[in-house]
Amino acid sequence: MKNTIKLFSLLLITVLLVAGCTQAAPPVEEPEVSDQPLRVAIVTPSSMNDLAFSQSISDAMQALQKEMGEGKLEYVYSENMFVVDDAAAAIRSYAQQGFDIILAHGSQYGSSVQEIAPDFPNTVFAWGTTVDTFDMPNVHAYEAASDEGGFVNGVMAALLTETKVIGVVGPIETGDAKLYIDGFAAGVKSVDPEIDVRVTYIGSFSDVALAAEAATTHLSAGADVLTGSAQMVIGAIGKAKEAGAYWFGTQADQTSFAHDVVVASQVYHWEVLLREIFALRQSGVLGGETFAATLDNGGQVIKINPDLDLGQDVLDEAERVIQGIIDQTISIP
Amino acid sequence: MIKDLFTATVIIGIISSGIRLATPYLYAAIGEMFGQRSGVLNLGVEGQMLLGAFVAYFVVLRTESLLLAILAAIGVGALMGLAMGFVTIQLQATQGIAGIGFYLFGMGMSNLLFQKLIGVVENIDGFSAIKIPLLGDIPVIGEIFFRQNLLVYLAFLLVPLAWFVLNKTTLGLKIRAVGENPEAADSLGVNVALVRYFTVTLGGILSSIAGASLSVALLNVFQQNMTAGQGFIAVALVYFGSWRPFGILAGALLFSMVNALQLWIQVLGIPIPSELAVMLPYILTILVLTLSLTKGKGPSALTKAFEREG
Repeated sequence: MKNTIKLFSLLLITVLLVAGCTQAAPPVEEPEVSDQPLRVAIVTPSSMNDLAFSQSISDAMQALQKEMGEGKLEYVYSENMFVVDDAAAAIRSYAQQGFDIILAHGSQYGSSVQEIAPDFPNTVFAWGTTVDTFDMPNVHAYEAASDEGGFVNGVMAALLTETKVIGVVGPIETGDAKLYIDGFAAGVKSVDPEIDVRVTYIGSFSDVALAAEAATTHLSAGADVLTGSAQMVIGAIGKAKEAGAYWFGTQADQTSFAHDVVVASQVYHWEVLLREIFALRQSGVLGGETFAATLDNGGQVIKINPDLDLGQDVLDEAERVIQGIIDQTISIP
Repeated sequence: MIKDLFTATVIIGIISSGIRLATPYLYAAIGEMFGQRSGVLNLGVEGQMLLGAFVAYFVVLRTESLLLAILAAIGVGALMGLAMGFVTIQLQATQGIAGIGFYLFGMGMSNLLFQKLIGVVENIDGFSAIKIPLLGDIPVIGEIFFRQNLLVYLAFLLVPLAWFVLNKTTLGLKIRAVGENPEAADSLGVNVALVRYFTVTLGGILSSIAGASLSVALLNVFQQNMTAGQGFIAVALVYFGSWRPFGILAGALLFSMVNALQLWIQVLGIPIPSELAVMLPYILTILVLTLSLTKGKGPSALTKAFEREG
C-alpha cells in the first residue's frame, strides 16, 4: 500500500513538473523579418519593482514602449537573477531565441556577456553599469554618472542637516553605489567640510533588516539626514520615516514610499541611452560604445519632492549646482 | 576611536539592535530545533519565512488586522510544514534535498504572489512598540528590553517555553526519543510519524512567524527575497546552540549583537575596512562552532527516515 502511494505521488510530481516545464519553456521564434518590432530582453538582479536599480530599467523600457508604440518595441525580462549562473543561462537563452538586443542590467553579469556575445555576432549585448565593452563588436557598455546626482543630493543634505551628522546606508563598497556615495559625501563637504558624513556598507543588496538597523544606528548616533543606495534601502527609508529624518534617494523615485521624508531622488532615465543604442543598431553598429547617463544628457534627473517645504534657498542652490555640473563650472572631486 | 564604543549610547544601541535582529532567528531556529530533535532536518526555513512574511504583510495591507495577519502566517506555515512532513516522513524523500526544494518553492511563490497581488513596495502599519509599564521606565534597561513590539517579547518568551516543553513534558520526551532512537520509541508505543509531523508543522509555523516578524513588526514592508539568507543562518544556529533553546538564544544574540557592533564600528568611523566589518559575525560564528564542536552532538536519528517494520 505504502509503495503504491509513493509511486502515485512520484508520478503526480513528475506530471506536474513536466507540465510546468512545458509551460515555462519559451516558444522558439522564427528568424526576424525587417518589419517586425524591435525585440529586447532584459536580465536584472532584483525585482523590476524594487524602487531602485532594476526598476530604473523597467521604467525606461515602459517609457520607450509608450514612445515607439507597442507594435514597434517588444520586451521581456528575467528578474531576480541574483545568481550569476542563472543570469548567464537566461542571457544565452534569449540570444538563442533571436532577440535583437539583450540588456544585462547588472555589473556582475560582465563575464557572462563576455563569454556569450561572441557566439551571437548579430545580437546586440549591452551591459551595465560599467565602461568595459571587452573590445567586442557587439557589446555596448553603459553606466550612470551617479556621483553627479549624489553631489547635488549631498549639497541639499548639507543645507538641511541641523545636527551636522549625515548617515549613509550602502550595500557593498563597489560600482554604482560607491560612486553615488562618494559623490554625495563630496557634495556635503563642498558646503561645509565640518559636517560628519558617516558611511556604513552592510555587505548585502537584499538584507532589508540589516539596512533598517544601519539606519537606526545612524539615527542613534545623531544623524538627522540619511541617504543610501540599492534595493535593500527600503528598510532604511522606513526607519527614517519613523524618526522623521530626511531621506535622499537614488536609482529611482522613492518619494511614493515615504512622502513625508524623501527630499529628492536621483532618477535614472536609461531611455536616453537606449534610444542611442537602438539607433546605432538601425545603422548597423552593434557594439563597441560606452554610454553614460548624466545630468547633461538627461540620463539622470534630480526629482525633488514638491510637497516638502525645503525653503527657496535650498531649491535655488540645488538648481545652481545642477546647472554648474551641466556646464562644467562645478567639478566633482 | 575604539574608546568611542564604550559609551552608553553605543552600548544601548548595540544591545537593542541585537535584540531586534535576533527576533526572526529565535522563531525560526527554535522551530527548526524541534524538527531536528525529532530527527528531521528542514532546510526549507528560508522559503517558509518568505511565504510567512508575504502572507502576513498582504493581510495587513488588505485588512489592517494584525491578528488576522498572524493567523494567516500560522496557517501558511502549518501547510508548508505539513507538506515538508508528507514528503520526508510519508514519502521518505532525502531531507536535505526536499528542504532545498521547499526553500525554492517558498521564494518563488512569495515572489510570484507579490508580483501578481501587490506589485509595488508599500509601507504598512505593523506592530508598534509597547512600553511595559514600570519596567519600561527603568533607565537604560527599560530602553533596551521593555520598549519593543509584541513579536519581540514573544520570541524571547518562546525560549524558556521551548525548554520546558522539550525537557519537562511527555511530549518533549517523545520528541527526544524519536530523534535519538525511533525504533526503540516505536517499540514503546510512540507514534514516530505523528511526532515528526507535529514538530515539522510546528517548525513551519514558527518559521512563518519569523518571516512575519520582519514584514509586519520590525520593518513593516515586504520586498522579494527580503530574508536574505536568515533562514539558513537559523539552521546554523541550531547546531551552534547544540540543539538546546538557551544555546540557540545565546547564538542568536551573539550573532546579532556582533552584527550591530560592526554597524557601530562603521558609523563611528573606526578604521576597519567595511568588507572586514561585515564578515565579523560570520567569522565569530565559525570560530564558536569549531570550538564547541566537541561537546555538541546532534540527535542520532537526524536526517534518517523511519520505516516501521512489519
